[in-house]
Amino acid sequence: MTNEWPLWEIFIRGQHGLSHRHVGSLHAPDAEMAILNARDVYTRRNEGVSLWVVKSSDISASAPGRKGPMFDPSNDKTYRHPTFFDIPDEVGSM
Amino acid sequence: MYAQEVKSTGKGVKALEEMSAEERAFQERIDAGEKIEPKDWMPDGYRKTLVRQISQHGHSEVVGQLPEGNWITRAPTLERKSILLAKVQDEAGHGLYLYSAAETLGVSRADLIDDLLAGRAKYSSIFNYPTLNWADMGAVGWLVDGAAIVNQVALQRTSYGPYSRAMVRICKEESFHARQGYDIMMKMAGGTAAQKQMAQDALDRLWWPALMMFGPPDADSVHSAQSMAWKIKVMTNDEGRQKFVDQTIPQIEYLGLEVPDQDAVLDAESGHYRFTDPDWREFFEVLKGNGPCNVDRLRARNMAHDEGAWFREGLMAHAKKQQIAAE
Ligand SMILES: [Fe+2]
Ligand SMILES: [Fe+2]
Ligand SMILES: [Fe+2]
Repeated sequence: MTNEWPLWEIFIRGQHGLSHRHVGSLHAPDAEMAILNARDVYTRRNEGVSLWVVKSSDISASAPGRKGPMFDPSNDKTYRHPTFFDIPDEVGSM
Repeated sequence: MYAQEVKSTGKGVKALEEMSAEERAFQERIDAGEKIEPKDWMPDGYRKTLVRQISQHGHSEVVGQLPEGNWITRAPTLERKSILLAKVQDEAGHGLYLYSAAETLGVSRADLIDDLLAGRAKYSSIFNYPTLNWADMGAVGWLVDGAAIVNQVALQRTSYGPYSRAMVRICKEESFHARQGYDIMMKMAGGTAAQKQMAQDALDRLWWPALMMFGPPDADSVHSAQSMAWKIKVMTNDEGRQKFVDQTIPQIEYLGLEVPDQDAVLDAESGHYRFTDPDWREFFEVLKGNGPCNVDRLRARNMAHDEGAWFREGLMAHAKKQQIAAE
């Protein structure tokens, strides 16, 4: 039925200074109601100081099947890690 | 538990050698304790079993609001009323978390709710028992949520990521539920003789249905093996029941109430209580729809759904209008 309220993904900033984190989803007719519903469902006990809502259908995701090539840690490129370089102790911490 | 009779594939568990390469890689991820996420490949049976279990669990949270909702308007004090209201509101949230987890498996919440309303879906047998007086609010929070906690704490380790995360969130809220219930029991058990008698009566009536919450004995639970192999289920029915009995009997004793089971004794050797099985015939009757409140519960759910339709549709119409105006 097309009349079903669309699905929204909910993100909460737990405390000042932290990023918003995905906490779950819910159905709501529009963004304003999604925020109100998210407040009622996901922040009843001090869970956050800010809310983002995004329509689930607006999210694009990487394909799990391509996890390998996509997130190849490039272990052959060891120079990306600071430990690749030998800095003499006399120089101090760097 | 909140999902007491979840049909799985109905077949035995395959050995690793009998599996296709995909199935085998999947099983090995589960055995290694990895979480499965929505877009990952999964066997059809895994998906179907999960949808059944998570939706039954969700329906139980939603229908579970009714026995306690029954007493919100009649709570003895404003404080007790506010507490009960907050508890029941949490349960609505639990239903929502679970439906959301089920939706990540490609089903729609509207369809799941239709199944519930049409009587095609199951929910926990416990919510088909009546709540006759205020003492029942104590016994429900303490025993029913207490039993649910045993199960849900274990389910935090379930293999499906969204289900596991919903359990983590739910468990954070459950201990409030059990404690407010026990608090009511302490008040009543320490009150007048008549109040203490009410507390005992509530315990006597809810003890057996609470034991049934964990589902039929392991020996009779046909679908458990595959669910355990897939870590959709992480504790057997009998293990959960034993854990619940072991934690609850000392709590009964602290209240100064009688354990409703004459034969419940601590087995010194095993460190566990021995106890009498509930009446499994009654359990299966309740599951089939013949419990004291099955008809009432479904009627109440259908009424709420039908009477809320104008509101859901109105908000949707408003949202569409706003969207057109913005374009
Ligand atoms: Fe709950
Ligand atoms: Fe509950
Ligand atoms: Fe609860």
